[in-house]
Amino acid sequence: MTTAATTTGSPADGALAVAAIVLSLLVAGWALVAALRHRPPDRMQLIGLAVLELLLLGLVLVTAVALAGGERPGEPGAFFGYLVTLVCLPPLAAVLARMEPTRWGSAIVCAVCLVTPVVVVRLQQTWQVLGG
Amino acid sequence: MAELSPARLRTNSGPGRLLIAVYLLFAIAASSRAALQIATRFDEAPLAYLLSALAAIVYIVAAVGLARAGHAGRRVALACCALELVGVVGVGAVSLARPDLFPDETVWSGFGSGYGYIPLVLPILGLAWLRHTRRRTTAAPS
Repeated sequence: MTTAATTTGSPADGALAVAAIVLSLLVAGWALVAALRHRPPDRMQLIGLAVLELLLLGLVLVTAVALAGGERPGEPGAFFGYLVTLVCLPPLAAVLARMEPTRWGSAIVCAVCLVTPVVVVRLQQTWQVLGG
Repeated sequence: MAELSPARLRTNSGPGRLLIAVYLLFAIAASSRAALQIATRFDEAPLAYLLSALAAIVYIVAAVGLARAGHAGRRVALACCALELVGVVGVGAVSLARPDLFPDETVWSGFGSGYGYIPLVLPILGLAWLRHTRRRTTAAPS
């Protein structure tokens, strides 16, 4: 999906979004291994979630700059909905993971980190005006 | 679940917490989608959007029911999971048979195909989890 998102000007497309997707998938894989090995969420997962959150906040910043520059998303309602949801996902995973210090905590981190890339891609789609 | 004694196996810990997390994600997805659709273009597909709203409420109540974990919470979660299963199968079947009734997608359209069929799997997992924890909790005096 990321290769198709080459429309110029969309703030949700750049290297930041790609990095967030890749990191999210890496954390998901790491957490999956931990869950399969009956391990509770470890430091690596929490650090991964923190870095992921920083990348997503960076995405918000880039979006804010684009908005200040006069650019507008194709579907504003959906775009901002996805953006708000997106920055809430890593903290949600971290809180639930801390509440559940068993393998299932790792499974929660894995699940949320699988959802995050989907939301990033939906974010990119709602910036562009999709031909209907 | 070797790490939990039978009496402590509740709906809101272990795999149940993962289930609650996924329910939360769907509650967010369905409610924000429904709110947006109803606020911006309700006239286009009122039935589909009202169903989205219903699905959102069911996901929220199911998550709360599982998280509360008492007798009442268990009953609420059971009702929600059953309603969800009926909803996703019913709406899925109707959306395939009579696409004209659903001009826009809902969470449950096409058996939840727009959401990786998770809406179809989720209530089944929920019911299985409720059944699993009931067996353990009735074994212990409550």
